[in-house]
Amino acid sequence: MPANSRPDPVPAPAPAPAPAPAPAPVHVRFEHVGKTFPGKGRKAAPHVVLDDVNLEIRRGEVFGVIGHSGAGKSTLVRLINGLETPTTGRVHVGPHDLTALSERGRREVRRDIGMVFQQFNLFRSRTVAGNVAYPLKVAGVRQPERDRRVARLLDFVGLLDRAHDHPEQLSGGQKQRVGIARALATEPSLLLADEATSALDPETTSEVLALLRQVNRDLGITIVIITHELDVIRSVADQVAVLDSGRVVETGSAYDVLAQSRTEAAARFVRTTLRDRPSPETLARLRTAHPGRLITVQVRGQAGFQTRLARRFLDHQVAADIVFGGISEIQERPVGSLTFELTGPDGAVDAALKELRADGVDLVEEEA
Amino acid sequence: MHEFLGNLSVYREAIGQTFYIVSISLVVGGVLGLALGLVLYATRPGNLLANRAVFLTVNVLVNVVRPVPFVIFITAIQPLMLHAIGTTIGTNAVTFALSLSAAFAISRLVEQNLLTVDPGVVEAARATGARPVGILLTVLIPEALGPLILGYTFIFIAVVDMSAQAGLFGGGGLGDFAITYGSQRYNWPVVYITVATIIVIVQAGQFLGNWLARRALRR
Repeated sequence: MPANSRPDPVPAPAPAPAPAPAPAPVHVRFEHVGKTFPGKGRKAAPHVVLDDVNLEIRRGEVFGVIGHSGAGKSTLVRLINGLETPTTGRVHVGPHDLTALSERGRREVRRDIGMVFQQFNLFRSRTVAGNVAYPLKVAGVRQPERDRRVARLLDFVGLLDRAHDHPEQLSGGQKQRVGIARALATEPSLLLADEATSALDPETTSEVLALLRQVNRDLGITIVIITHELDVIRSVADQVAVLDSGRVVETGSAYDVLAQSRTEAAARFVRTTLRDRPSPETLARLRTAHPGRLITVQVRGQAGFQTRLARRFLDHQVAADIVFGGISEIQERPVGSLTFELTGPDGAVDAALKELRADGVDLVEEEA
Repeated sequence: MHEFLGNLSVYREAIGQTFYIVSISLVVGGVLGLALGLVLYATRPGNLLANRAVFLTVNVLVNVVRPVPFVIFITAIQPLMLHAIGTTIGTNAVTFALSLSAAFAISRLVEQNLLTVDPGVVEAARATGARPVGILLTVLIPEALGPLILGYTFIFIAVVDMSAQAGLFGGGGLGDFAITYGSQRYNWPVVYITVATIIVIVQAGQFLGNWLARRALRR
C-alpha cells in the first residue's frame, strides 16, 4: 500500500530485503500433481489426498509446507523421493522426471535425497554409528572411507561420543540428530523433514531447527520441511506453501504468506496458529472488562507505526489502551496484532478510525 | 538299573538318531521356512514386493499344510518322498517330512515377527535407496531377531516332540526307543530315563534360545 501520495502518511511497510539477483535453479517441481488412494472396503469412495498441486522449490532454500493434519503433507513429501507415485501430474527432482522413472531409477534418485522422520525411525538393531553407516553401505561406500564419514557426520551433529550406543539409550533430541546424520550420510543435495520436530519438546525443537538451519547454510542443502507448527516455519522457512484439504492454497515467501495472506484459507490457517485476532472466548472476556470500543490493528514491518497510531488517537482525544495482542518475528521482520480499547466521544473515535484506514492501517473493529 | 543298562548301546544310538533328525530338520526347515516367511511378508498387499497372486498362493498352501497332524502329513506326502529321496521309511524319510513340516510352521512365525517391525523403519530404509531384498535381509531380519530366535526355539521343541513319532515309520530316535524297549516290554526305567533325556534336551535348547534372544534384544 503506497501511502506517499497522502498528505500526512503513515509510512508504507519497509521494503522487503532485496531478492537475490538471479533466482536459483528449480530443484523440485510439481506439475498438476494429484494423488488418490482407493477407499478402504469395497464400496468406499476413493480418497483424494492431493489435488492439482503445483510447486517450485529452488536450490538452497528452506521450503516449508504447512497444513493441518490430514491435509496431505506427508503424501506430498513422499512424492519427492518416490516413496509414493502420483495418480496424475508429474514430479521433477533436479534433472529427473520421477514419474517417468522405473522403481530402480527412483532408487538411484533417492540416494541423493535424505529423509528425517517424526518418529526418527532409527534401526534399533544397530548402534548410532551403524545407523549412520547404513545409507553408505547401500550406496556401496567401502571401509575405511565409511568409518571416516560416519565419524565426521556424528561430529557434525555433536554425538561422536555416543557412536557405540544403541538408539534406545538416547533422548528424543539426540535420536533426531542421529536421524539427521543418517539422512546426510550420502551427502544428498536435498533433505526432506517430515514433522521432524513434532515429537520433541520446545527446547529440543529449537536445537533441531538450529541444526537444520546449519545444514542449509553451511552445506547448501535444499530442505523441504513439512509441519503443522507455525513456529517451525517462522524460525527456519524461506518459502512456504499452505496446504489445505489436498490443495496448495497459497505459496510465497514465509513473511508474505504468514503476515499478508492473500487467500481466506491461508489466512484462516495462520489465524488459528498465529492468533492475530482475539478468539471469540477471549473477546467475550475482554468485553466484560472493557466497555469501550475494541479494535484490532495488524502490526507489520512499518517503521514508526505505533508513534503515528498514538498521534491519531491523541489528535482526536481518544484514549487508547492495549488490552490484547503481541508482536513476534517472521524471517526477522515483525508481525503481530494489537487490540485497543478506545474510549472517547463516538464521533471522535469514528474520525480517528477513518483517518487510520485512510493511512492504510489494517484494522478491524471487533463486533459488540 | 540293569534293565536300562542292558539297552545302553541302543539308547546311545537313539540319542544320535534324535539329534540327527532334529538338527537336519531344524536347519533345512529353518532355511526353507525363512524363505517362505520372507515371501509371505514381502508379497503381502502394500508391502515391499506386493504381489497378490504369489501371496494368496503361498498363504493358502501354508494354511492347508499347517493344521495337518504330523502322523497324517508324513503318510500323505509319501508319493513326494518317494520321488525326492527314494524311500518312505527310515530316519531319512522322517527327517524329510519333519523338515517340510517345520518349514511351514517357521514360515508363519517369520511372517508374523516381521509384521511387528515398525513400518517407519522400513520406510527409512527405502528412503536411502536400498533394494527390497536388501531391506529384508539387512533391516527386517536384524530388527526382528530377538522374537525370531524365541520362535525358533519354540519350533525346536515342537520338532523334538514330532521326532518322537518317527518310530512309527522306522525312524528310530528316543521316542521309538522309549516305546519299543520301554513301554512295550514294561521296562519302566527305560521309559523314565528316556523321558528325562528328552526333558534335558528341551531344557538345554530353551536355555540356549533364551540366552541368544536376550543378547539380540540387549535386555
